[in-house]
Amino acid sequence: MTGAGVAGAAVQVAAVGAGAPLLVGWMRQVRALLEGRIGSGVLQPYRDLRKLARKQSIVPEGSTVVFATAPAFIAATMLVVAATVPTVTVASPMDGVGDLFVVVGLLLIATVALILAALDTGTPFGGMGASRETTIAALVEPAILVAVFALSIRANSSNLAAIVTATAHRPGDVLTPAGALAFAALVVVIAAETGRLPIDNPATHLELTMVHEAMVLEYSGHRLALVEWGASMRLAVLVGLLANLYLPIGIAGAHAGAAGLVVGVGAIAAKTALLAGALAAGEVFVAKVRMFRVPELLAGSFLLGLLAVTAAYFIAPRGA
Amino acid sequence: MTGVAHGDVARPVGPAPPADGDSPATGAPDGRAERAPGAVAIAGVTTTALGAAGAATGVVAVVRGIGPIHVGSLGPLAGVTLAAGATGGAFMVVVGLVAAAAGVYGIGYGRHGRSSPLQLAAVPAFVATMLLVPLAGSVSTFLATWELMAVASLVAILADHDRPAVRDAARWYAVMTHLGFAAVLVGLVVLAASGRADGLVALTSRAASASSASRDAVFVLTFVGFGAKAGLVPLHVWLPRAHPEAPSPVSALMSAAMVAMGVYGIVRIDIEVLGPGPRWWAIVLVATGAASALYGVLQSSVSTDLKRLLAYSTTENMGLVTLALGAAMLLAGYGERSLATIALTAALLHVVAHAAFKSLAFMAAGSVLFATGLRDLDLLGGLARRMPATTGAFSVAALGAAGLPLGAGFVSEWLLVQSLIHSRPSSGTLLALVMPVAVGVVALTTGLGVAAMTKAFGIGFLARPRSTAAFDARESPAAMLAPMAVVAAACTVLAVAPGVLAPGLRRVLLDTGSSFGAPPHLGLLLRLPGIAGSISPGLIAVAVAVAAAALALVAAVARAGRSRRPADRRAALWAGGGGPLTARMQYTATSFAEPLQRVFDDVLRPDVDVEVSHVEESRYLVDRVRYRSRIVDVVEARCYRPVLGAVATWASWVRRAHNGSVNRYLAFGALAVIVVIAVAR
Repeated sequence: MTGAGVAGAAVQVAAVGAGAPLLVGWMRQVRALLEGRIGSGVLQPYRDLRKLARKQSIVPEGSTVVFATAPAFIAATMLVVAATVPTVTVASPMDGVGDLFVVVGLLLIATVALILAALDTGTPFGGMGASRETTIAALVEPAILVAVFALSIRANSSNLAAIVTATAHRPGDVLTPAGALAFAALVVVIAAETGRLPIDNPATHLELTMVHEAMVLEYSGHRLALVEWGASMRLAVLVGLLANLYLPIGIAGAHAGAAGLVVGVGAIAAKTALLAGALAAGEVFVAKVRMFRVPELLAGSFLLGLLAVTAAYFIAPRGA
Repeated sequence: MTGVAHGDVARPVGPAPPADGDSPATGAPDGRAERAPGAVAIAGVTTTALGAAGAATGVVAVVRGIGPIHVGSLGPLAGVTLAAGATGGAFMVVVGLVAAAAGVYGIGYGRHGRSSPLQLAAVPAFVATMLLVPLAGSVSTFLATWELMAVASLVAILADHDRPAVRDAARWYAVMTHLGFAAVLVGLVVLAASGRADGLVALTSRAASASSASRDAVFVLTFVGFGAKAGLVPLHVWLPRAHPEAPSPVSALMSAAMVAMGVYGIVRIDIEVLGPGPRWWAIVLVATGAASALYGVLQSSVSTDLKRLLAYSTTENMGLVTLALGAAMLLAGYGERSLATIALTAALLHVVAHAAFKSLAFMAAGSVLFATGLRDLDLLGGLARRMPATTGAFSVAALGAAGLPLGAGFVSEWLLVQSLIHSRPSSGTLLALVMPVAVGVVALTTGLGVAAMTKAFGIGFLARPRSTAAFDARESPAAMLAPMAVVAAACTVLAVAPGVLAPGLRRVLLDTGSSFGAPPHLGLLLRLPGIAGSISPGLIAVAVAVAAAALALVAAVARAGRSRRPADRRAALWAGGGGPLTARMQYTATSFAEPLQRVFDDVLRPDVDVEVSHVEESRYLVDRVRYRSRIVDVVEARCYRPVLGAVATWASWVRRAHNGSVNRYLAFGALAVIVVIAVAR
């Protein structure tokens, strides 16, 4: 554990926590411009959060402590994930504490917390969203773990810093068939994990289609603000992780100074903005698929991951 | 509906609980005399004392081994030999601790029970026989204790024998366990004959020199028998019947401790005594484990009976353990010693974790049954406010069973996945094919396990009560809550500090064979031998707690600085502005799992009936819709029913010869004498 690592982890958490709403605003703005609308500006999510944080939060009668504390738990989990995932530095002291499986597990436990909060309200909408989210989460799990497996073969470790460092040393290694297949699998998985098109539509309030929105219908005020903030951090962390897994340029090392950390923040901001912009642009061209087509999509992602693993085994670069 | 907006205030108009009552413990007087509390207490205290003594003996066995003690006078021919090494000792500790908790729990649970003295005695006897199985030092003693365990558990299941479901479950259990026993019996006799010894220690050194055909036969037969006891597919059919129908303390003992005996058999006989075998042994274990894990979790995620859901989850977890054992054998066969050790550690750790969270889950389910008389999740709900301690216990158990971080099952699943993903590309085509599929299986099992446990907890304990029985639920007595609290604490320790098991695990691994290397380092940081990778479940918990506390602090400071925000308010549900909601409008366990049921309908083959009746005036107006969905065990329907049918046909054919005519029977007798004379001459 180095001082630079501790500082880097703090910067990482701050960058993800502060920058995540900006990322959401950026993606909305890209979509708006491509669809010929003016859009509400990239800062709109901050205004929304500020408004919500000042409003009264209403707790439904009959709900339990699960409903009341789930938002804070979700946000806290996302902060831990933000400290673990190498977005700014590879020397985070949290790296030895949690590997990629732990990150996936923490994302899943945050999902479960929201599902339970939705069930806790006892409304049909809550149950509907919870049921759908559970189905998706259960099927995402194999896809994401096999993709993780494919990525960990190269570094022979599932610890994120090891994977990112291995890529930083040999950037060409990701341009293998295995790397490309794993990338495709991960994009689908990230769309499912963050509730984006084509799996869930973040902008919908139509009961036939909503998943995430149906679960948070009973939330209001500062609790809703925490849920939304947590969701945006989930998006930011996953997009940032994908960027650094494939293009770890500029990431701060174990002995980076303040300048290195600033470069790291700038690099990850630029990479995330590009990748998120591309994802948002892609979303303009797809429609949400039916709920019962989602398993096919995720099964496809799982197969891509499996192919990536097999490719890594059989078409491995010699001498690796 | 009248103007009552939230069902928690109004008593639900939902269906009443079934009149017969699922539970022996609801206290519903049914004409039978209540058992004096004294007898129940004696049985409970005996169980706990036996469990504690067994656990203590187990610790001694782990630390320095026991025996062999030979008592020639106890059994005919071979006598009884008691001996236990670290492996047996570890399983004794697991069984003993589960029994100690279940004994105290049983005192509270059985206070209003109606068991006969024989049945009350069956529970301590069951515990005693389970503790003797790992102590058995010879083939004959092992077989005797194995059969005694089966008989004692059978009597314990039958506590509630006036319900047809219990009798049916006991019949299935009796037949399956004895078919399994027959397989173990023949297998071990072949082993003893080919090794020309009775003691397990002597056989360990001689089994390697036996012919490969007899070793294969021993492996297949014992694996069938032990697999039946562990509830592995396709021999699991008794488990989702027997475990739910038994009284809850017995369910906990069977699901947490007895299935572990099946694993003990596989570890002791198939890995320790038989030693390294051909590759297909490992593949058989991996394939059976994978099938059991997937099938169990799938059935569990669509079950609506709380205890049946937990029983299928047992099949799932034993599947994962078997998969880990198979992976250990396979990796050891390829010379990947450290990976094999990680897989074996994962299997052993999972047995311990499963014993903790599954006994807790069954005790919590029993507490719900005690309070409401219900096992049907579709009728439960709203228990979190009525039974907070039970709800808390079940949440700890469910978190463990789901395999999520901060839960008891996470560390072992993490170790299992680590052992699967680290085999080198150069180590062989078979590994390169098996391992990715195994990772996919483990991941899908985890995902569906999360779905099953979310359903059990979210539908059963949160939201609003769906029946009057759930509405009127009251917290269970302290005698039931205290052991649950202790086991919940044990689950938490396993989740955040698995290092407490490290010294015991090291001795077991040393005992298990030379093909395994140094164990993983289970300190504050979990480090793997020879692999760059570590996690720290304890520090993850600390980090989440610190982050949550920091958020709370920030929120408090923000509020203190500027109190413009009005205080939180409790109000009626908004529910999309849809007006007053009744408890019947909530999602139920069936509707919650419906998407999963649809996704996997090729495997589950649900029997769904939708019946729409129209009002008389118009075909376009619906009067009522009836939806009926039933999921039968596909394995049972496809594999067992045809066999049972064939047996019945054959029996009725044979019966024709027995028409009651004395003349015909005399003719059979004469024929038999002639045949005997002809053969013997």
